[in-house]
Amino acid sequence: MSNDHGHHPEPLSDVERRARALEELLTEKGIVSAEFIDQVVEAYAQDIGPMNGAKVVARAWVDPEYKRRLLADGTAAIAELGIGGPEGDHVVAVENTPEVHNVVVCTLCSCYPWPVLGLPPTWYKSPPYRSRMVREPRTVLAEMGCDVPDDVEIRVWDSSAEMRYLVLPARPPGTDAVSEEDLAATVTRDAMIGVARP
Amino acid sequence: MDGVHDLGGMQGFGPVEVEPDEPTFHGEWEARMFAVAGGALGAGGFNTPMFRHAIERMDPGHYLTSSYFEHWLTAVATLLVENGMISRGELDARASAFPLSRPPAVDADDVGAVSPREEPRFAVGDAVRVRDLHFGGHTRCPRYARGRRGVVARIDVAAPIPEVEAHRRERVLDPTYGVRFDSAELWSDAAEANAPVHVDLYELYLEPA
Repeated sequence: MSNDHGHHPEPLSDVERRARALEELLTEKGIVSAEFIDQVVEAYAQDIGPMNGAKVVARAWVDPEYKRRLLADGTAAIAELGIGGPEGDHVVAVENTPEVHNVVVCTLCSCYPWPVLGLPPTWYKSPPYRSRMVREPRTVLAEMGCDVPDDVEIRVWDSSAEMRYLVLPARPPGTDAVSEEDLAATVTRDAMIGVARP
Repeated sequence: MDGVHDLGGMQGFGPVEVEPDEPTFHGEWEARMFAVAGGALGAGGFNTPMFRHAIERMDPGHYLTSSYFEHWLTAVATLLVENGMISRGELDARASAFPLSRPPAVDADDVGAVSPREEPRFAVGDAVRVRDLHFGGHTRCPRYARGRRGVVARIDVAAPIPEVEAHRRERVLDPTYGVRFDSAELWSDAAEANAPVHVDLYELYLEPA
C-alpha cells in the first residue's frame, strides 16, 4: 500500500507519518491486509451513516406498530430494516415527547450507535461535550442552538456500558401527507443524538 | 483508573466547537487508521476493554491535545508493542519518537475474584448507591456517579465485567442496568433543574441504598 501514499502534495504531518508507519508495518508483516483496510474504509465512507437511523425514525413516524416495537427492543426493530453491525448489538431508542427531550453522550470514551448513525462527529468525542453534557445539559444544548423549554425534562443518557442510544425525535407538525422517504430526508444526525429538534 | 478520559462533570473545557458539514474522516489517514485499528485488534486478539484501557493509559497531556483517531493510533501501537507483534524500534525507525501509552498500573492479579452472575439482584425502581470504587485499571464506573444514589430505570443484558476482561482477558458476566440520577444528587446546588442523568452500570458497581 505504500505506493498509495506517494501522491501527497504536502509533507506529511507528524500524526500522518505515525499512522503511515503503523499501517506499513502491519501490512508488511501480514497482520492486516490492504484489502481489509480498503473494504472498511469504503463501508464507513459510503454505506454506514445517519441515513440508516433516519430510515428507522421515518418508519416509526408512519407506522405506530413499528414505533412500539422500536421502543420495546431497538436492536430487533433496526434489524427489521436490515440494519446492524459493530456497536449495534444493544440499541435503545428513547422517544422525545412534549414533556421529555433526550440527549446522548459518552463521558468515558465516545460510544455511539454506529449502524444507525455512522461514526461520531468530532464534537461528540470532544472534552467540552463529554464533560459538560451530564452537568449542564440545558446550557450546552442552548449553546448548540437547541433551546429546550424549562418545563421540558432533559434526559441525559451516558452510554457507559453496553447500550447504544438512538433518540426518536418528535414528528414535525404538518407532515401527515409527507411520504416515509421524504420524512427520512428531513431527519438529521443531530436530532438523533438529541442536540437538535426538527 | 481515575484518568483524564473520565470527563463527566469536569469544568474548564469551554464551548462545544461544531465543524459545519464535517466529513466522516478528516483526510485519508483517519479513514485508514480506523480500518487498521479494527484489523490489528482482531489479529492480536485484543478485546474492547483492552483497547479502551490503552487509550486511557495515554499521557494525559497527549490525550487532551490529540484527536480521536490519534488516540486509536496510539492505543493500537501500544498494544502491539506490548505483546511483541511489533517493536518500538520498528515504529521509531519509520516515525521518530512515536509516543505510546504508559504501562498498566495493575495486572491480572489485582483484579479481585468475581463470580459470574446473570440473574439481576436489583429490580426496576430499586434505590441503589454507586460504590466508591477507585480501581487503578480499566473500569466503566464514571467518577461523577460514585457514591451517588440513583434509581434503577432499566435492566439490561448481563455483560462481561470490564475490569476482568481488560486485565485477565476473561469474560465473566455481570448484570447491567440503566440507573437514573437526579441532577441535584450529582451536582448539588450547581445542578440544572429537571435534567436527570441515566448512567449504565454493572451490578458490581452498585449496592442497595
